[in-house]
Amino acid sequence: MRAFRPFLALLLGLSLGLGVTAFAGENPLHVLTVLVKGAFGSRYDFGMTLFYMTPLLFTGLSVTVAFRAGLFNIGAEGQLTMGALAAAWVGITWPDAPVGISWLAAWFGAAIAGGLWAGVAGWLKARRGSHEVISTIMLNFIAASLASYVTLYVLKNPESQNPETMAIGTSYQLPGMPGLPDTPVSLALVLALMAAVMLAWVFEKTRWGFELKVVGQNENAAQSAGISVATTQILAMIVSGMLAGGVALGEVLGSAHRFKLGFSPDYGFVGIAVALLARGNPLAVIPSALLFGALHKGTADLDIETENVTRDLALVIQALIIATVSAEGLWDIVDRRRQKKEAARVAG
Amino acid sequence: MSLDEILSLLGSTLRLSSPLIFAAMGGLLSERSGVIHIALEGMMIVGAFAAAVATLSFQSPLAGCVAAMIAGILFSVIYAAVVIPFRANQVVAGTAMNFLAMGIVPFISKLLYGNTGATPSIPLEDRLHWAGPVVAALLLVAGLAWMLARTPVGLWIRFAGEHPHALESAGVHVVKVRWASVLAGGALAALGGAVLSLSLASAYTRNMTAARGFMALAALIFGKWRAPQALAACLLFGFAEAVQNRLQGVSLPWNPEATIPVQFIQMVPYLVTLIVLAGFVGRARAPKALGSTF
Repeated sequence: MRAFRPFLALLLGLSLGLGVTAFAGENPLHVLTVLVKGAFGSRYDFGMTLFYMTPLLFTGLSVTVAFRAGLFNIGAEGQLTMGALAAAWVGITWPDAPVGISWLAAWFGAAIAGGLWAGVAGWLKARRGSHEVISTIMLNFIAASLASYVTLYVLKNPESQNPETMAIGTSYQLPGMPGLPDTPVSLALVLALMAAVMLAWVFEKTRWGFELKVVGQNENAAQSAGISVATTQILAMIVSGMLAGGVALGEVLGSAHRFKLGFSPDYGFVGIAVALLARGNPLAVIPSALLFGALHKGTADLDIETENVTRDLALVIQALIIATVSAEGLWDIVDRRRQKKEAARVAG
Repeated sequence: MSLDEILSLLGSTLRLSSPLIFAAMGGLLSERSGVIHIALEGMMIVGAFAAAVATLSFQSPLAGCVAAMIAGILFSVIYAAVVIPFRANQVVAGTAMNFLAMGIVPFISKLLYGNTGATPSIPLEDRLHWAGPVVAALLLVAGLAWMLARTPVGLWIRFAGEHPHALESAGVHVVKVRWASVLAGGALAALGGAVLSLSLASAYTRNMTAARGFMALAALIFGKWRAPQALAACLLFGFAEAVQNRLQGVSLPWNPEATIPVQFIQMVPYLVTLIVLAGFVGRARAPKALGSTF
């Protein structure tokens, strides 16, 4: 039953969310059609879905790593902001880096900035006992202000009225995906998929992956086994922030080729839903990110295609999916009914 | 700094603290009974919106406050159901509630006003005078502190959060105590939201809570889950916000030509929260059974 839980939660969350639209006088089935058509209806729509899937892979993995160590990183939003800003800074200050080296340099910058930003919360948690949920939220707001300052005063694009930085060097631009030429989806998607596979390997095959799990499940047991809880937690947050910083690849190197203020439609928060639906499994983050990417693309069309329902429906559906997938007691009831049926079958 | 300036700074500190105080007291009730309350932010959003809608419809801020409390209770029923009988991880479920509030409010706003961003402006005569919420907030702190320390109900709440099994053996339903505390806490936090839309601003606008629910939570932790100390932290955050408003347009000490960039001023309340949470709390002792299922 455990394995089906995400599917049932998805079904339940989606039906509840669509049911709500009936109150707005919409036909839930029509809303569902708009969602599916908007996400998968054409080659362009599908390309956009994949484009949104890319950052969600990174943030979903980011939340997954922290969660494995028992930490709830709701600060991926601030970490990806710092990461994207750093990547843009690298691309602007060293515009003629050779192709390849340029990507590495930008990725390094993003990972360091995102990792440090999350590391602050990790350090505060491990050494000062500050709850990471509160400190990461505060860091999100501080990151937003910092990014706004840097964008408007330090790296401002003099040729534009928009709040955006100058363009990065052309050698930084990531190639697009074959078969999807008109969409902003780029090689970053492949890199994000590789990150998921690598993280799965780290979780299953490395000592650190094991230590993360022990710390996440039982701090006392970890301590007696000689694992430093503080170091593991701080490192988990740093890696979490580095992954969130990866969002820079698709957004800065892959599509906008600059840092745009407010580019992220809450990728960091949607990443929480992505991670929770994947239930700690980095490989499961892949379909989960695809799903929420599709939801993001589909709900964007609701603004135009329906009278009263807006893209905010995505938030409602995400909330309902998170609540249902994490409601342990709900699943006990499902399990018990199944067991009863089983028992009746055996007895009969 | 003249006396007038000091008095006006004190006044804005009290004014800006009052929504935080309501939310922190709501969190206090819930957390002392053993239920973590990350969803204070969502409760404030729902409360701020419901208060604006009811005040606009009935031309009475009192109706607005009542509506906010009802909305807070209704919203808390969902939260309590998910975490008490269905035993969801309370931090995760609280985050889901915050998302739900952020998504459902624009949905209703669009239906009522054809606009997802804000309610129409509330006429001046229908707004709350700032002194009302301030006095009410201070009385609430005193009342809650007394209730928790001196009354049987307070004892039940504290035991539900510290030794739920002992309370159950004494014949009191832990589950009922927790339900009541979460619902009452939600009503209080929503009232904090009502103060935002009815007194500090002139309408409900999107993102108007600006992480105040999380600051209230930080104040609660800083106050070691005690009402008077949490009040002190709320006043500190209110002071940070008052200073933030005062700093807008002030010139730099080393360059009178230039003003302090607004982005750095905006950071002040968040930085203060971060520093307070890190510097003074240390390892605060939370209620023993906080976050546990029963």
